[in-house]
This record gives sequence, structure tokens and C-alpha cells, in this order.
Amino acid sequence: MTAPRSIAWQRRRAAAGRAWAAFRADRAGLAGLVIIAVVVGLAALAPVLTDPAGLDVTRAGGPRLAPPSWRFWLGTDESGRSVLLLAWWGTRLSLLAGLAATVLSVAIGTVVGLLAGHFGGWTAAVLLRVTDFFLVLPSLVLAIALATVLGRGLASIVVAIAVTSWPTTARLVRAQTLAVEARPYVERARLLGGGHGHVLGRHVLPAVAPLVLANTTLAVAGAVIAESTLAFLGLGDPGAVSWGSMLKAALDTGAVTAGAWWYLLPPGLGIVTVVLAFTLCGRALEAVLNPRLREP
Amino acid sequence: MTDAITPIEPRAEAAERRAGGTMRFVAARLGGAAASLLLVVVLGFLLFRVIPGDPVRTMTRGRPVSPEQLAELRARLGLDRPLLEQFVSYLGRLAHGDLGVSYQYSRPVAALVVERLGPTVLLVGTATVIAVVLGLWLGARAAWRRGSGFDRAVTGIAVTLWSVPTFWLGLIVLMVFAVGAGPIPGLFPTGGMTSPDTPPGALAHAADVAHHLVLPCLTLVAVIYAQYLLVMRSSLVEEMHADYLTTARAKGLREDLVRRRHAVPNALLPTVTLVFLHLGLVVSGAVTVETVFSWPGLGLLTYEALQVPDLPLLQGTFLVLAGAVVAMNLVAELLYRALDPRVRTP
Repeated sequence: MTAPRSIAWQRRRAAAGRAWAAFRADRAGLAGLVIIAVVVGLAALAPVLTDPAGLDVTRAGGPRLAPPSWRFWLGTDESGRSVLLLAWWGTRLSLLAGLAATVLSVAIGTVVGLLAGHFGGWTAAVLLRVTDFFLVLPSLVLAIALATVLGRGLASIVVAIAVTSWPTTARLVRAQTLAVEARPYVERARLLGGGHGHVLGRHVLPAVAPLVLANTTLAVAGAVIAESTLAFLGLGDPGAVSWGSMLKAALDTGAVTAGAWWYLLPPGLGIVTVVLAFTLCGRALEAVLNPRLREP
Repeated sequence: MTDAITPIEPRAEAAERRAGGTMRFVAARLGGAAASLLLVVVLGFLLFRVIPGDPVRTMTRGRPVSPEQLAELRARLGLDRPLLEQFVSYLGRLAHGDLGVSYQYSRPVAALVVERLGPTVLLVGTATVIAVVLGLWLGARAAWRRGSGFDRAVTGIAVTLWSVPTFWLGLIVLMVFAVGAGPIPGLFPTGGMTSPDTPPGALAHAADVAHHLVLPCLTLVAVIYAQYLLVMRSSLVEEMHADYLTTARAKGLREDLVRRRHAVPNALLPTVTLVFLHLGLVVSGAVTVETVFSWPGLGLLTYEALQVPDLPLLQGTFLVLAGAVVAMNLVAELLYRALDPRVRTP
């Protein structure tokens, strides 16, 4: 005899298999996934493949702001450090901040969306009002204010991005919650005595999860841009190397006005690559998982 | 349009009901905007007075300050009083347009904001107008020939520029056009709004400002025009199979006129309100662009404030920028109502 829960899991596994098959058929999405895997792999292996001593300003051996050469493939920065090494190590912090901010933002958005969709009336009205308010605010200005009062550093940036970017997820999750709760099986569960926690946890959340996954992937792209912007404005940890802080150093030390293109291009291209990869991957996931975009 | 479809309803009564509806609509929107403004004000207080715990310590972090100086600063900012009392006096001063005194400039924040408002309005206004015109024009052409090479190229470029971080694009533009790269000489100033050596006279001054405006404006346009293009394109694509276009073609109108006179005006409706709705994004873009090009507007003021950090100044720019965006949203909602013939009062 098979327990109902294991039947449900079997169905979910089968659905995941179908989604993966559909995703694999999307070449752009697959390309995005491969790029993400490569970038994450390079970031994870940075301490193994490179020597972090080269990041130390006092121990940098190269000439100042030298163009690319055999010794420094991507040239050097204002203190003679290898730009390749900096950009490589910058990947770690930029990815970490982007992913952490996205997870936090999606978590807030999902909870607010579920609550607003599940409980109607005053709760929903207040939550929606607050959601719309945050949607309208100039997000960068709010993020700057928040990161400043929390004090410079990675954690403040992550919190600032999460607090300013959750509303889109909340609206999406709310709409999906309303759609799911209108279905007969949810009504049945409720009539059989299922409480709020049971309905939300057992029925609504699993039904909303695929959409949240697609949304999360897309949100990483925005979070990486936001992280680099805040770091560029000087709100990051002053000692740490990220793509945004490299570009800040390039502007502040006059590397830009000195025409040091080798210092400017790698971090920017890194951001664009990661953003495009997550966008492609997220679009493909959305096409597969979002019932509204799926072909009938 | 409604009248044509439902002629059964007595006209006067319908007009009266719609007029009442408009009043209710405007009242509801005004109420919503007022609630949002109140939230901005409360958020401004929470952000700068409650979250930091001790704002004075945040502001003086890493600087040698004596306990007497700290106490003096606390008293000057009114931080030694209970939180509720601070909130009431904050509301009272805000109602009089008093945004406090900047810590780094030792001048009223309101005066600083007013000084910097002009350049930001100039930059954001010019960039928005150019981006809207460019985006709508390209979007209409792309939709009309959707699927063509032109469509793919135009949409692809726009989306790529859209996903590039604004400040990085600004740095590239700065390096190529202001510093010069390879055969291209530096054509434009690297920053600021005016040069010190400009001859006196209004015309020379205007030309100088325009010369400084080119690069920041170019960067901002490149980043924001994609949204107008995409909305115009998708809303025109939706109209493409409408019956009235077949009618217009059957009348013998040239393809060009069918697009200009019939399709585009209908597709324009959702786009117009978008201009105002997306102003929050434009403002965010302006902050980074002003920082890169040292354009002396509110964005650069925000950047200067966060460097110190000068909390009263940052609070001031936050309140002004967020308030402006809330106001623009109200304009967008009212404008849509006024423009859409289906809900317009006669």
C-alpha cells in the first residue's frame, strides 16, 4: 500500500522531470545554466587555483596601472595588483551578495504574498498597500539610506537589497495563491478541517514553489546589479574586493580618466555575464513553470 | 465609446453617474497618495532615527570626538529627547519645510536641496523626453515589422543596454567620449555642470551647460529607453490584428498612415502613464549617473551625504526624491483616467 504523501511526491518528481525535459529544449536557458555553473565553479575554486597573497596591497609586485602583458594578462590596478586576480576574487563576493540578497528578498516576498493571498480582508488590504508603496519608491535611494544607517558592509548591502526588492515576488505569489486556493482540492482540505497552516504548507506552498523558483533566478540578476551599484557608491566593506568596489577604485584613483580600459572592462563584463546568464536561465524556467506563459 | 455601445442608458444620467465616479476616483487616488506620503515621512523617521540606534555614533564613526562634542551634537539634533517627542517635532518641522541642518555643510538641508533640484530636473527631464521619443518611435517601427531583422536588432540592443549596470555604462561613456580612446579625442567635459573659464553671458552659459549635459544625458537615455520601447512594441503588437486597422487599410490608406493615425494613438495610451510610473527607476539611474559625472544634482548630494555619513542631509534627499516619485505616480493615475476615452467624462 502506498501512502498518499508518497503518491504526492511521486507526482511531483514526475512533474519536475517533465519540467527539466522542457527546460533542456530551451537552448538559451541551457546556455545560461552552463555559464552560471562555470562562474560559480571558478568562484569556488579561486582559493585553490590562485594565490590570495596577490590581493594584498603591500605585497603586490607589479607596476602601477600597467596595460595587459604576459605577466599580467589583464594589466594591473593602481597599487600594482593583477586585475585578473581581483576580478576573479571579486566574483566570489558579488555572487555571494547577489544570492544572499535574493534568498532573503524572495523569502520576505513569499511570506507576504502567501499571507495576503490566504487571509483576505484587512490583512490583505494593509499588506497590499505596503507592497505597492515599496514598489513605487525609488529602490536605489531607499537602499542607499538603509545601507548607510546600518553601517557599511556586506550584511547591510544584502539587507538593503532584500528590503527594496521583495514586492514583485509578493505580488506574484499572492496572485498565484488566490488562483490555487480557488481550486476544489483546497476547499476540500479546508472542509475536512485543515487549518491555515495545513492549507498553506501542504497545498499552497508546493503549488507556488515552481513559480517562486523561476522568479528567484530572475531576481538574482537584479540583485547582482544592485550589489555592484551599492558597492560602487562606497557602501561595501572597504577591505573586500568585489566588482562594484573595483569600479569605485577605478573612478576614485583616476584610472578612468587615465584611460585604463583594462581596469574598467573585466568587472563590468563580469557583471553583465552573470546578469545575462541568470536572466536567460530565469526566462527559460519561467516559460516552463509559469502556467500563464505555457502554451495551451 | 461607451455611449456608442450602450445607447439604452439615458445620456444625462450616465454623465452624472460618471462625473460622480470621477470625483470618487480622484478622491480615492488623492487619499492613496496622501497615505503613501505619510508612509514616506514615517519611513524617513524610522530609517534615520530609530534603526541607527544612536545616529550620532553612526555619523562620527571612525573620527576622534570627545564626549562633550557627542552630547552637543545630540542636543543640536534633538536626539536627547524621548522618541515620541522627536517624532512630533519632526512632523512639525517637516510641515514648515524644515529638513534640519546638514552636518557636513552646516547649512539648512532644505536650502541645499533647493539648490540641487534644478540640475536634477534638467538632467532627468531631458533624458526622459529623449528616451520616450526614441523608445516610442523605435518601438512602433519594431512592432510594425515584428520578427524582422530590424525588430530583433532594435529589441536586442535595448534589452542588452537595459541589463548593463548604469554606473558601468557611465564609466565607459566617460572614458570613450570625455577622456578619449584611441583615435577618438576627448570631446566632452569629464564632469560638473559648468566650466570656470566660460565667458559671461546667458547664451555662453547655456551652451556650456548643454556641453556638460551631453554625456550624463546619453548614459541615462541608453539605460532607460528600453522600457518605453518594449511597452510600445508589445502594446502595438496587440493592436495589430484589430478590425479597425483592416477597415483603415480597406479605405485605401497607405500603410504608413494606418500606423501613424490609427494604430499608434491607440497603443500610446498604456505607454503615456508608464512615463510617470517608471520615474522611480529614472531617479535611481540619475543617482548613479550624477555620481559618475559629478553632475551637481540631488543624486550627487545623496552620494556626498552617504560618504560622511551626513544623516540629516541623506534624510532630506530621501524624503524629497521619494515624495517626488509618489507625486508622479498620482499624476500617472489621474492622467490615465483623463486620457482613456472609455472612462473620460464628457
